[in-house]
Amino acid sequence: MNILAAEAHNRLLGIAAEIRKSVVMSLLEAGSGHLGGSLGLADIFTALYFSELKHDPLHPAWAERDRLILSIGHVAPVLYAALAHAGYFPVDELLTLRKLGSRLQGHPGRDHGLPGIELSAGSLGQGLSVAVGMALAARMDHQDHRIYSIHGDGELQEGAIWEAAMAASHHQLDNLTAIVDRNGLQIDGSTEKVMHLEPLADKWKSFGWNVLTCDGHDFNDIIQAIRLAGTSENKPTVIIAKTIMGKGIPSIENDYRWHGKIPTPEMASNL
Amino acid sequence: MGRSPHPKWPRIYENGNTPDDFIDDLHAITRQCADHQCFISRFKFASRSIPLRFTSGMNRYTNFGNKATKTGFGEGLLRAGLTNPAVVCIGADITTSVGCNLFADALPERFISLGIAEQNCIGVAAGLALEGKIPVFSTYGVFAALRAADQIRVSVCYNNLHVVIGGAHAGVSVGPDGATHQALEDMGIMRVLPNMTVLSPCDATQARLATTAAIEHCNGPVYIRFGREPMPDFTTESMGFEIGKAQMLQDGNDLTIIATGHMVWEALLASEMLEAQGIRARVINMHTIKPIDKDAVIKAAKETGRIVTAEEHQVNTGLGSAIAEVVVQHHPVPMAFIGMPDRFGESGDPRQLMEKFGLTSASIAAAGMKLIDNRSIDNRK
Repeated sequence: MNILAAEAHNRLLGIAAEIRKSVVMSLLEAGSGHLGGSLGLADIFTALYFSELKHDPLHPAWAERDRLILSIGHVAPVLYAALAHAGYFPVDELLTLRKLGSRLQGHPGRDHGLPGIELSAGSLGQGLSVAVGMALAARMDHQDHRIYSIHGDGELQEGAIWEAAMAASHHQLDNLTAIVDRNGLQIDGSTEKVMHLEPLADKWKSFGWNVLTCDGHDFNDIIQAIRLAGTSENKPTVIIAKTIMGKGIPSIENDYRWHGKIPTPEMASNL
Repeated sequence: MGRSPHPKWPRIYENGNTPDDFIDDLHAITRQCADHQCFISRFKFASRSIPLRFTSGMNRYTNFGNKATKTGFGEGLLRAGLTNPAVVCIGADITTSVGCNLFADALPERFISLGIAEQNCIGVAAGLALEGKIPVFSTYGVFAALRAADQIRVSVCYNNLHVVIGGAHAGVSVGPDGATHQALEDMGIMRVLPNMTVLSPCDATQARLATTAAIEHCNGPVYIRFGREPMPDFTTESMGFEIGKAQMLQDGNDLTIIATGHMVWEALLASEMLEAQGIRARVINMHTIKPIDKDAVIKAAKETGRIVTAEEHQVNTGLGSAIAEVVVQHHPVPMAFIGMPDRFGESGDPRQLMEKFGLTSASIAAAGMKLIDNRSIDNRK
């Protein structure tokens, strides 16, 4: 189903391409960092920051904004690129990624003052708990913003994720949407080989979650899932987004060896 | 009020008493001697190791009755919760055991049950703090400080969030539960974390003050440590409590005993033992392990020339280490360390365990005597 008009769809395609280009350029300049996951999440971040999130780049602390928690801090490059293109800070600053004194830390660090960063994070498995805390606070204060948390599929091997999953459904946090970047790969190879996650949807369902799936590279599909999550009652929602690690650079797509490698200059020129 | 009142303390809901009235009632604080200087010796602590002759005829502190520091924590938490609507409390199943039941009963809409999942509890606390709440999460110190250490490090400390973490069951005085439940490393683990404040109050009254201070006077993460066993409650609220400001409970110039937690009372008893030998010991209650009161330590080193530290914790990384770090940098003097000597605890009666591991006034006094006997090597004073 196409919920986006062609013009809106094309706009998002263009922005996603810019974000991918920025991810590659910033990693190239940095000389280290996580390419595969950052590219794989570019469309989801585009859909969030340029269509679905309620936010104001000029007022990053706006109380009514939707919150986005990046639990997998290692894909910071795609978060930074989305924030920069949305207007939180100059796009040029992306080239300071990972350098001494930069606000763009290797993993997001609030202490360095980059606007738009909700949480310093990078140790896997912690973000969902923080999102649960934010969702509880929003409900206590009768606020109607949503909390989004972004997770890797390999990250789901951390036990703390399931502690948080239990808590979110116990407390019926329907203002919480977790998005899982289901690219099927982690550093040692396939998630199913390293530590299998399937049947993943059933796992979340059995924990009491509303489970949606989408094609993480189809804007209509992503946005439909995000909007559907917003209608959930009494249940938190997880969107299992099928993605391709390294999406946008065919030579590295679906190759786990590009999880933490930097691009070559040729890759940048081909984007 | 629409809340289910605590069955034992219904008056707050019925007659409109203020929270402080409520707290006063709660404790039946009928202390005759508000000024601690005038107290007479009246030790009630069932300390078999203290011969009576050491406790007679001195101006000392009064034990108003044995009370667990966890109870003081729970009372401080309730007081802060009643006065500040931002305070929320997270429970990890052992709510009563860690002193949070008063809050949970009085303010159920701000009590969040998260089950036996300490890592999640800390993460949730971080999320609540990011939204302006003041979350207080209490569980046994071993689980709070160690099981959830990474969450505390990254989600709480790196984000510099005002989360108050209560570490219960501190020390071997937990007793029969044995080594797994006796927190002996928590202060060390917590004090290495940037942004963290570490508090270790000496009795129930101070635990109450320390808890309200942690909630009302801090902006970043705080770890507050307390015990389960009823121990002498000898300080008064009028003594006040300032984070990072050690309390000199007794002056003396022959040596200094710097103690924390339950060992402060033992230090006072030890000072009496020493006094009977003609030795005047200064006694410092180091209720804040981080930031440590450097000035008080340096002054003690300069003026008394010898320091004994006493804690219910591993000497490695604990109070002893923290004091030594200051002493060696600013004014090296001979030191002795009373605490756990790099080993686990075990099951037993609390008092038996304190004695087995030398966590007593007698051990402190003996260590002090030894430092004094070695005075020939000490010409720094």
